[in-house]
This record gives sequence, C-alpha cells and structure tokens, in this order.
Amino acid sequence: MSHPTAVADRPATRALSRFLPSDRWGIATLVVALFVATPLIAVAIIALTPAPDIWKHLYNTVLFGYVRRTVTLMFGIGLGTFILGTGTAWLVTMCRFPGRGFFNWALILPLAVPTYILAFVFTDQLEYAGAVQVALRDMFGWRNRQDYWFPEIRSMGGAITVMTLVLYPYVYLLARAAFLEQSVCVIEVSRTLGKNAWQSFWHVALPLARPAIVVGMTLAMMEALNDFGTVDFFGVRTFTAGIYDVWLNMDSISGAAQLAAVLMIFVIALIMLERSARRGQKYHHTSTKMQALPGYKLRGARAGLAIAFCALPIVLGFILPAMVLLSYSVVFFDVALKANFLTITLNSLTLSFGAAVAAVGIGLVLAYGLRMGSGPLPRAAVRFASVGYAVPGAVLAIGVIIPLAKFDNAIDALSSQLFGVSPGLLFSGTVVAILYGYLARFLALSFGTVEAGLGKVSRNMDGAARTLGATPFQTMARVHFPLVRTSLMTAGLLVFVDCMKELPITIILRPFGYDTLATFVFQYASDELFEESALGALTIVAAGLIPVAILALTTLRSRPGHATGSCSA
Amino acid sequence: MIPPLTTQQTMNNTTAPGLHMQNVSHAFGSHEVVIDVSVSVEAGELVCLLGPSGCGKTTLLRLAAGLEDLQRGQIRFGDEVIADSSQGRQVPPEGRNVGLMFQDFALFPHLTVMENIAFGLPQKNAGRVGWVRDTLASMGLAQYADAYPHVLSGGQQQRVALLRALAPTPRVLLLDEPFSGLDVNRRAQIRQDTFQILSQAGIATLMVTHDPEEAMFMADRILVMRGGRIVQAGRPMDIYFKPEDAFVAELFGPINALPGQVSGSQLQTPLGAFPAGSQQDGATVRVLIRPEALVLSLPAESAQGPALTVMSARSLGRSTHLTLLLEDGAEGTVLSARMPGVFLPDVGSRVHAQVAAESLLVFPAE
Repeated sequence: MSHPTAVADRPATRALSRFLPSDRWGIATLVVALFVATPLIAVAIIALTPAPDIWKHLYNTVLFGYVRRTVTLMFGIGLGTFILGTGTAWLVTMCRFPGRGFFNWALILPLAVPTYILAFVFTDQLEYAGAVQVALRDMFGWRNRQDYWFPEIRSMGGAITVMTLVLYPYVYLLARAAFLEQSVCVIEVSRTLGKNAWQSFWHVALPLARPAIVVGMTLAMMEALNDFGTVDFFGVRTFTAGIYDVWLNMDSISGAAQLAAVLMIFVIALIMLERSARRGQKYHHTSTKMQALPGYKLRGARAGLAIAFCALPIVLGFILPAMVLLSYSVVFFDVALKANFLTITLNSLTLSFGAAVAAVGIGLVLAYGLRMGSGPLPRAAVRFASVGYAVPGAVLAIGVIIPLAKFDNAIDALSSQLFGVSPGLLFSGTVVAILYGYLARFLALSFGTVEAGLGKVSRNMDGAARTLGATPFQTMARVHFPLVRTSLMTAGLLVFVDCMKELPITIILRPFGYDTLATFVFQYASDELFEESALGALTIVAAGLIPVAILALTTLRSRPGHATGSCSA
Repeated sequence: MIPPLTTQQTMNNTTAPGLHMQNVSHAFGSHEVVIDVSVSVEAGELVCLLGPSGCGKTTLLRLAAGLEDLQRGQIRFGDEVIADSSQGRQVPPEGRNVGLMFQDFALFPHLTVMENIAFGLPQKNAGRVGWVRDTLASMGLAQYADAYPHVLSGGQQQRVALLRALAPTPRVLLLDEPFSGLDVNRRAQIRQDTFQILSQAGIATLMVTHDPEEAMFMADRILVMRGGRIVQAGRPMDIYFKPEDAFVAELFGPINALPGQVSGSQLQTPLGAFPAGSQQDGATVRVLIRPEALVLSLPAESAQGPALTVMSARSLGRSTHLTLLLEDGAEGTVLSARMPGVFLPDVGSRVHAQVAAESLLVFPAE
C-alpha cells in the first residue's frame, strides 16, 4: 500500500521548505542579495571550471610573476601602513607636543586622495623631467642621467610608497581608536611595575591594540589589491594589472577570469584575517572606564621628531598633491574645459548619483529583509553579497561581463526567434554594466550604514506602532523612515564619493568613448598629459574630502565612550 | 485625579470584551515556550502572569497582541475570534485594537510626548486629544507635552507609554514588565498611580512580571508560569498562602526548608509537632516556612516553642533580619527570620520560635 518514494521524499521536501524562505521579505531579500552577488558567483564558477590550456599558458608565462609582485606589494603596504599608521596614532593619543590637535584630524586627509592620483602627482614631480630632478640638476650642475643617481618612481618601491601614503589612515583611525579605548590604568600599572614609557607601549599598549591594527592593515591591503591605476601606470604587473591586460590587450575573457579567480585567493585570505582580528577585538577591551591619557610631554628634539613624523604623511599624501593639482588646474583651466571637462564631470555625477540611490535602495531592502527575521538562507546570501567591498574592482568587472553577456545573448536569441529582430547587446558595454559593478562593490558600504541606522529602531517600537494601529507600511513611513533618514543620507554620500573615485570597474566596463573623471584623468596621465587633466583630479579629491570632513568633525572630535546623546533627536 | 473618561469610553466599558486565550501553544524552532496554556481575563479585571524569565509569559503577551503568529489555539476578544490556528485566522496587530506597553517603553524618539500619545489616534479625534491633554496635566506632565522623550525621567516615560497605549481606547490592555525599568524608590508610587488609571479604564488587562510583590499589588488574579505551562492560578492571597508546590512558594524569596515526618495525626518537625491535616500516615514530607512566619520571643517572657541560637541580627529599619541555628542534629539547621520593627537579641543568645500551623507549607519530599 505504501509508496516508499513518496514517503522518502516528504522529509526532504519539508527540510527544503524550511530552508527556503516562505515570507515575502525573505524571498525579496534572497533574490536581491543573489542579484548583487551574481558577479562574485560568476567568478567563483569560472574558478571551479577547469581550463587546462589557459592554466598551462598562465603557469608557463605570467603566473609566478603576478604572485610574487602581488605578495611583495601587499607586504610592503602592510608594513608601511603599520609603521606610519600606528606610529602617528600613538603620538597623537599618548604624547603631548606642539600641533598635536591639528595632526589629530589632519592625519586622515590623505584618505581623500585616490592612490592613482597620488601616483600621477609623484611621477609628475619625481620623473627625469619633473620639478625635483630639474631643481637638483640646476643646483649641482648635473647634465644628464649618467651624472647622478635618483630613485625610479615608476617601480615597485614607488607603488608601495605612494599607496602607503594614502592608505595608512585606515590603520591610523583604528589604532587611534584602540589606544583611546584602552584604559590608561593598564599602562599605569605597567609603569608602576617598572616598565618605562617605551616598554609599556611595546609590551602593553601595542598588543592590546593589535586586533584593531590588523583590521586596519587588511583594509589597506584590500584597497591595494583593488588599485589598478597605480600599478598599471608604474608598470608593476600585479594581478589587477594583469587582469586588465589579459582582458583588453589579449582579448581573453577566460584568461582574465582565471586570473581573477586566483586573485580571489588573496582576497579570501585577507577577509579571513580581518574577520578573525575583529573577533579578537572583543576580547581586548580592558575597561570601559575612561581617564585622562598620560600625555607624555615631548620637548626639544623629541618634539621636533614627532612633528616631522606626523607632518610627513600629511604633506606628501595631501598637501603636496593638492597644491600641485591646484596650480595645474589654474594654469590649464581652459584646456580642461575644451577637453569636455563639463560633460565628463556630469557623467561622473550622474553615474555616482545613480549608483548611490540604487545602493541605498537595495541596502534598505536587504537590511529590512534581515530585520524581518527571514531564515538562514537569505542571511547567508546577504553576507555573501556584502563581501564585494573586499573584492578588487577588476575581478568584479569580469564577474559583471560574463553574466551580462550571457543574458544579452539569450535575449537576442529569443527575440530573433520570436520576432525575427535582433536587438543586439542590451546591457553589455552600457552604463548599466558600470552601475552593476559599482553596486556589487559598494553595496556593503550602504547596507552596513543602513543596517546600523535601523538598529537604532528597537523591535519594541515596531510592536508599539503596530498595536497602535499602524500597518507595516505606515510603521515604515512614520517610525522607521524619520529615524534612519540620516543614515540613508550618509550611506548615499559614502557610495557616491567612492563611485566618483572608482577606476578599475569603470575603465573595464565603460562604453566606447564614454569617460568619467577617473578614466579621463587616467587616460590623460597615461598619455603624459597629466597637467591638462589636473582639474578632473582636483574635482575627485574635492569630492573625497566630503566624507573625510564628516569623519573629522564627528568621530575624531570626542573620545569613544564620551559621545553624548543616543539615537534620539 | 484622572479626568473622567469620555462617554465613548464609558460606553465601551459596559460592552468591554474579555480576553480569552484557549489551548495556546507556541514554539521557536524546536524550542517550545508556551505549552497548552489557557488564560481568561474579564473586562475590568487585571490578571498577572508571574514567573521567572524564559517561562513563556512575554510570548503569551506578544501572541495576544498579534506580534507573533499564533501557532496553536484560539484567541478571542469577547465573542470575536482574533486568531485561530485551526481556521488559519490571524488578525494583524493593527486590526486588534489592543494597548501594549513595553518594558523599555519603546517611545518614539523623534516624536514629542504629545505626538507619541496621539500616534494611535485617528487624525480628527479632537475629543480624545482633549482627554490626553487633561490627563497629561493631571499627571503633572503638561509642560512636557512638546518635549522629546529623552528629556523625561523613567517614571515620566512610563506614564507617557501607558497613556499612549490607553489613548486609542483599546479593547484589551497588555503590560510587559511595566515597572521593571524604574528605579526602586519611585516604583511604589508609580505602581499606585498606574493602578488607579487602570481601574478607571475598566478594560481587561493582562500584565507580565517576574516580581511577585508587584503581582500581589496589581492583580485580581495571578497565573504562575514555569517552563511554558501555568503551574497555579488564583487570587494573590492563595498564591502566597496556599502555593501548590515548592516552586510557587519559593517565588516570594528565600524560604526555610525542614524535613517532616507524619505519624498518626501528627506532623513531626524539628520545630515541634503540628496537626498532620490531610497528610498520609508515615509520609516523609518537606516543610517550608517563610522567614516572616517564624514568630520569635525572648526567653524571659512566657516563651513558647523550641529554643534557637541567634547567629546574627540585622536591623533593616522597618524590620529585623535574623539568622538562627536550630540544633536538630550534628550540624544543625540555619533558619532565617524576619521580625517587624526592631528586635535585636545578642548574638549567641537564645530565642524561642513559634510557627502557626496554617503557615506551614507542606509538600511531598523530593
């Protein structure tokens, strides 16, 4: 009588249905998260698809060079940002010297400068025909290259230097917060136990701040992996540069995809490092009690050294490039306008604005979906989709091209079959592709901000609103929206500014003849016409200053734990 | 003290429905938090769900409000079925017209006090807005009408939250630990005020608390919950004086436990013999005595009962807390007693203890 298969099927179906979300929010969350994660999934599928021919070729030719150079770059930047970031953070939090208050916030200014723009400025100043070497030749009467030695900026060392100078603020910010959070008691205890200030730093403060510093270093290294402009311009052939090269110059999408897949191994390693360090942060809280920090008074030569150490990255990473860009912008203003500066700026603004709106909208849907408590699958999908922030733009771009091309081809085939009309490629090679890439990369930024904002609205407030007669939609409009409005603005702003700076995704996915400020500056610099594009670069830096200014005004003002006022108006 | 309720409310009172939850069960995943519970609250009655955290009492409240979907059982307001698992019927929370007050008050931080209270009112209910204004004034909160919640004290926030829940004239009122967010000194007064407001509202009120004293003060009836089930239901006095098991007896604080043995019609305990009542001859039992049930006297008077050695005596002002050693074996048993007023015998001296037979709580030995 019994049907064994049907009986056997039933628990499986039940298990599956419990696993899959059944509510509307759960389904929406899952679908949206999967949409954003598609580029990542595409890269993962390629990575798992055997391509022995390509591999043989890569193995025999470029693979080891890419690995060696990428590892060197990451190691150099990790070390550089550690020394610069931790050192400056220690000086401004624990010591007293002239200018400390200024350095406290000014040290994050270099964050406003994209790596590639600093690379162009440094090259412009330090190459053979640049201002520095010209001045040296004039001063010492050298006539040509044979007369003296000067370091080549377009090199691995140059790339590390340039990127360290704009990425160290990640370490600075996190190390600074960690030092401030440490109860000064532990340092005092260390001193009463007979350690001097230096030993106390080395044996107590630094180990306690280690998780935060590691998080900062991994973030800096993720940015370094993402960088395309600097390594391409300097001819440092890392994976990111390689992907671009293989895709555009060798026209091999599958080869680029295989490189992207290998690069993902580095990314996954960094993500794991970051996650484990973040977990560690929780156990390194010594006390919530805040006291005045010791403030070692520095005088004379020591104060001078401290000032020099803090001033160096600000001058090289922000003041110098800002001055250079400003002067070129003034001189070449008319040239820039003639080179379609206004159209290109408009392109950048529209694209970034569109991406910001889309990212905030999608971030809102996902944050809501998770809040509504849908099952484990949507949750996992959202976490996966927000990994994009760690994935280099070049990898995501490849991940966008593949599914979009498949989709376009499918539509094309379908349309030809049904209507006998071939619409051609709908999305590939349009701005839609760029927007998709931006979303895949920057969604985590908006999602995280929106989620944090929504966290301020307690579940009981939902319950109160509902029992007072508000429908779910009214609850959203009357309670949630007013409370998260600021977070939404912040999220949109962050995505907007990052899109203004974005280079690798844009340059790989842009339609023919379409330029944003970033690609415009990159193109001109590559053609040795950097001065003419300085106005564009200056605009990007100016946009980058907005979030930096907000950061300086809010987080850096007070010590953590001293912030007053809750979520309330 | 509270302005008279509007005619609309008074009319509602005559027809105000009771809250009836029948055979309700609820699980989170495989964890069953409510198991076949039935609760009835009549109009004008206040029923307390009392139990330790995690016993399922808050879940029951959320089910009544509609904030959790009913998995099993039926919920009615009067004769109207609000939720029924067998029919798959769930009226959403906004359609139930319940008032719910949260432990953390959940005031909307972006709205003023007045806007918070008016949140659930239809736009054009001018009469009700007038009632809100009058009530705010009578509570001494008139000057805060346009203030934001974060400037209010805990007690003021509590009253705003209560008013917000009452403003739309709910059919049923649900209170989730309404006093636990308040500091101890203000709690008694606020409890008193709340009691007054509620007795005038005249609606069925279900309140959740883990504080037995609060339940005694507020409730017409108490339902004691443990592990998702109701272990005892009754009037506050019954819960206190006639607990059905040791768990209920111990809810009210630390309690003295002594072994007992029934022989014939006598219950033998280390504190003397008592009438055995309904206990079986030969049964071994556990005798619980509340600290305040031990009546102590100094030896000089016409002292009765066994003598105990005073180990400590601490005056708490309004009462005195004593620990006493009862020498009933090799090690003896330590008992706690609470005497009204000041009663401070010397440490090491002996006092006599008397217990009224009806204040012995006798349970089968474990």
